Amino acid sequence: MQVTGREVWTIIHGMGFGAIFLLAFAGGLAELYSMRPEWMTAEGMKTRVSRMKTGLWVMAATVWLTVISGSFIVYPWYRAAPPEGTADLTNFPRSLLLSQPTTAGWHTFGMEWKEHVGWLAPIAATVVAAIVSYYGPEISRRLGERRVVTIFFVIAFLSAAIAGAFGAFITKAAPLQ
Amino acid sequence: MTSKNAVNISLPNGPAAAALLAGGIGAAALGILTTLSEASANIANALRWSVAVGPLSGKVGAAVIIYLVSWAILHYAWRGKNVNFNQVATVTFILLAIGLLGTFPPVFELFAPE
Repeated sequence: MQVTGREVWTIIHGMGFGAIFLLAFAGGLAELYSMRPEWMTAEGMKTRVSRMKTGLWVMAATVWLTVISGSFIVYPWYRAAPPEGTADLTNFPRSLLLSQPTTAGWHTFGMEWKEHVGWLAPIAATVVAAIVSYYGPEISRRLGERRVVTIFFVIAFLSAAIAGAFGAFITKAAPLQ
Repeated sequence: MTSKNAVNISLPNGPAAAALLAGGIGAAALGILTTLSEASANIANALRWSVAVGPLSGKVGAAVIIYLVSWAILHYAWRGKNVNFNQVATVTFILLAIGLLGTFPPVFELFAPE
């Protein structure tokens, strides 16, 4: 049994940072949805908002770490070009995928989408954390802002989920070793 | 007299609107840079800030800088003010749509040279 340095970074990127963000989403969404003045006292709202601010900033930081580690640590190994005449493309996932018509789509569609759309997640998550932090308990009485924040939160999740799902499929088709 | 459920609306919405619109601007910047990089080899080369990462480094680097700078400018301009939040949200969602479309391969590949 052996785990290479590249595999460790892939795990940190996807199963660590990425999975934390995706798993925390359901809790964050439930908190946002239930942030209604008619459902709780002002005192209860303060406690909840304080917990939410921490959670949302941790989520935003986590998803920034996901995309930074993915793009600047893992991705260069993925896209590295093999030396001329290399027959075994096992250590060059991009070239390996492109070498077969049956797998090329994992790069031309999957990776191309993943590497770009994933970066919308930290921007959207930061918007959510910033607005909830700014308003504090007052967000509960601002229906329009709460709706917009919830939509941004869902977009952050979907962007991360698309990137995560393609990451899993691509790693299965051409693992980094 | 206030009930114990009372949470007052007192904060100006400018800083929240600034954070929101900046998010849309950052998203649109990413979509536009991705499409431009696909359309022009010169732009792709200019965005190759890191040899190992390729043009992606410049696309995301520039988009993040645009996002943060626009946030700072808008925050400064709208601090302590109330703005039309619905209008800002509408513009933000249009910008977000540009970001989503511009990062979708079947869309940005339409701009690739033959």
